Amino acid sequence: MPDFIRKIAVSSEGPSLDDAVDPRFGRAGGFVVVDMTDMSVDYIDNGASQTMAMGAGIETAERMARAGVQAVLSGYVGPKAFAALEAAGVRVCQNVDGGSVRDAVERFCRGELPFADAPNR
Amino acid sequence: MREIVVISGKGGTGKTTISAAFAYLAENKVICDLDVDAPDLHILLEPAIRERHDFISGHKAVIQQDVCVQCGQCANLCAFAAVQVKEGRHVVDELRCEGCGVCVALCPQKAIVFPDSHCGQWYVSDSRFGLMVHAQLFPGEENSGRLVSLLKTEARQRARAVGLGTILCDGSPGVGCPVISSLSGAGLAVGVVEPTPSGRHDFMRIADLCRHFRVPLAVIINKEDLNPAEAEAIAGLCAEQGHTLLGRLPFDPVVTTAMVCRKALTEFDNVVGNSLKDMWSALQALYPGK
Amino acid sequence: MRIAVASGKGGAGKTSVTASLASIWDTPLIVADADVEAPNLHLFLHPQIEEERYCGLDVPRLEITRCTQCGLCRDICTYKAIAAFAGRISIFPDMCHGCGGCFAVCSAGALERTQRELGILQRGTVLEGRVRFLMGRTRIGEAMTPPLLRQEHLFLQEMQAVLPADILLDAPPGVSCPAMTAARDVDVILLVADPTPFGFHDFRLAHQAFLPMHKDVRVVINRAGAADNAAGDAAVRAYCREHGLPLLAELPFERVAAEQYALGGLLVHLSEQWQQRFEALRDALRQPNVGATVAQRPQEAHHA
Repeated sequence: MPDFIRKIAVSSEGPSLDDAVDPRFGRAGGFVVVDMTDMSVDYIDNGASQTMAMGAGIETAERMARAGVQAVLSGYVGPKAFAALEAAGVRVCQNVDGGSVRDAVERFCRGELPFADAPNR
Repeated sequence: MREIVVISGKGGTGKTTISAAFAYLAENKVICDLDVDAPDLHILLEPAIRERHDFISGHKAVIQQDVCVQCGQCANLCAFAAVQVKEGRHVVDELRCEGCGVCVALCPQKAIVFPDSHCGQWYVSDSRFGLMVHAQLFPGEENSGRLVSLLKTEARQRARAVGLGTILCDGSPGVGCPVISSLSGAGLAVGVVEPTPSGRHDFMRIADLCRHFRVPLAVIINKEDLNPAEAEAIAGLCAEQGHTLLGRLPFDPVVTTAMVCRKALTEFDNVVGNSLKDMWSALQALYPGK
Repeated sequence: MRIAVASGKGGAGKTSVTASLASIWDTPLIVADADVEAPNLHLFLHPQIEEERYCGLDVPRLEITRCTQCGLCRDICTYKAIAAFAGRISIFPDMCHGCGGCFAVCSAGALERTQRELGILQRGTVLEGRVRFLMGRTRIGEAMTPPLLRQEHLFLQEMQAVLPADILLDAPPGVSCPAMTAARDVDVILLVADPTPFGFHDFRLAHQAFLPMHKDVRVVINRAGAADNAAGDAAVRAYCREHGLPLLAELPFERVAAEQYALGGLLVHLSEQWQQRFEALRDALRQPNVGATVAQRPQEAHHA
């Protein structure tokens, strides 16, 4: 794990580590933010972007950048959202699907989730 | 939770007829009509409306004549030619206004207000075949992608709240933004395709979309006997691209008869309806509930 | 005269009617496909294309050396085409609707105009050169159709200026923005009504959508006389009577017609009878519409 990753955000259906991972990025219900230095947990609601017709991915990427997140764990990150996260300097681990936020964080810590260099299809 | 969406490249291929036939067979489901521009499913399902909500999306510019000094800045700025001069006054043509807000932000007199735009209604209903979420967008409105997303979110919440395991959607026609919203989050798309000059092309567009959104596609060729050669070509493409061919249906006047009687094809004994029952069983095997 | 052939939803027979009418039009004609998301007419008329024009939309490009990162462009953009990450501006041209707000607020001159390709317009001829042809097609992945339709309309005007002709427009299906944009600049809207319960419902929606435009709306029923659906035919006729819509023709429901469409053929070529039906429809379209003006007057007063 690169040492500059301090905060990661996992797209989530609810506010806790035990909630299910939301496979969507731009239209995720919210994000569980984990500070890797002390494993403290925070939650960002994404409801405002959830109902946008277009631009949800870009707005969500802005929200990630504002929260000072260095990496995002999600299922499907579309091409525009990916470009936006890239512009924001946020790394992406995609195809994270099924299971709880805690599972995803543990997999990330074990180095099982590679950083993507392109949006998934 | 299972999410099945019935789609078609263009309108008129039998998408709604097939959605209704499946809706009759499906158990423990929420039915969702995502064709928000011109919904038809309610004609067969006769929903009794339980909840009625306004759909608010975007804004429309309105010039307050008592503040406006008729300087014309808004007309110069509007890229959509929506500001017109009528009887010496600048007014916004509602049909042309795209709600970009540029005139609102840059009017030197701050004479332009930007109220929310009421674009349609959406409903939660009890239909003949169970819980139904549907909508009607007002004519000429464009934000149907967002309304589709809203309906799907509502359908998921309602299904979860009462413990229903399946969401069955009559998708939007075409290949544009609303269809993309229809597909997002779906576990299986059923594509209804006709063997017509545009059939193969329409099929390839929806197959591309499904691949892009990683939604498996199962295909029904409707009215296959109108052009058997073209139907074969579509079947060949399915095999080549790895899409399940759920089955084929003939061109049969019973489809109109059923619609006239406000019945789903699977509600009574007939050839087309019986084929659809087989397809629904095949679909269960393809995409079983949890 | 300019005629848009429209319907509440795809599948009513809009393209079939347009293609057959074009083939028996006996005065100068331009036939145009405005269903730019899924153009179909060329599959029935097989045009010889003579000219192609790519159409674009003005979108911003950031000249980073001049940008002061003031964020005004981001704030005015409703469409999220401009975002700011840690105070730095990023542009997503795919999201842009071309409103021009960002150019208007950038005082540093950091935004330059560049074009996003919307689609293509193709001009040519059909029916052995007798009829001029125009079609638009959006680029795959392009979400916006109205600006391409506006450019298609300008191209049509240009073609008419070269040689005056009637215009027959295969309109986009439905009642949303593209259909309204295409119908805005015509004299007559010919609504194709399918008399099934679904079709009748879509037809009424379409008529209601066009009402505020105060257009001369006329109707042709497609697939009339289907088994068990006499009530549906009667419902369309009654609706037309009630709203003062001239019902110009009824095309019968026949299996051979469905086959002809599926094979890419023209209905007008099916038989002498089918040809006469379309000739009668053409002649009726040329008659002035007295009834509709009367019927629409109260509506006008209401909106004024």
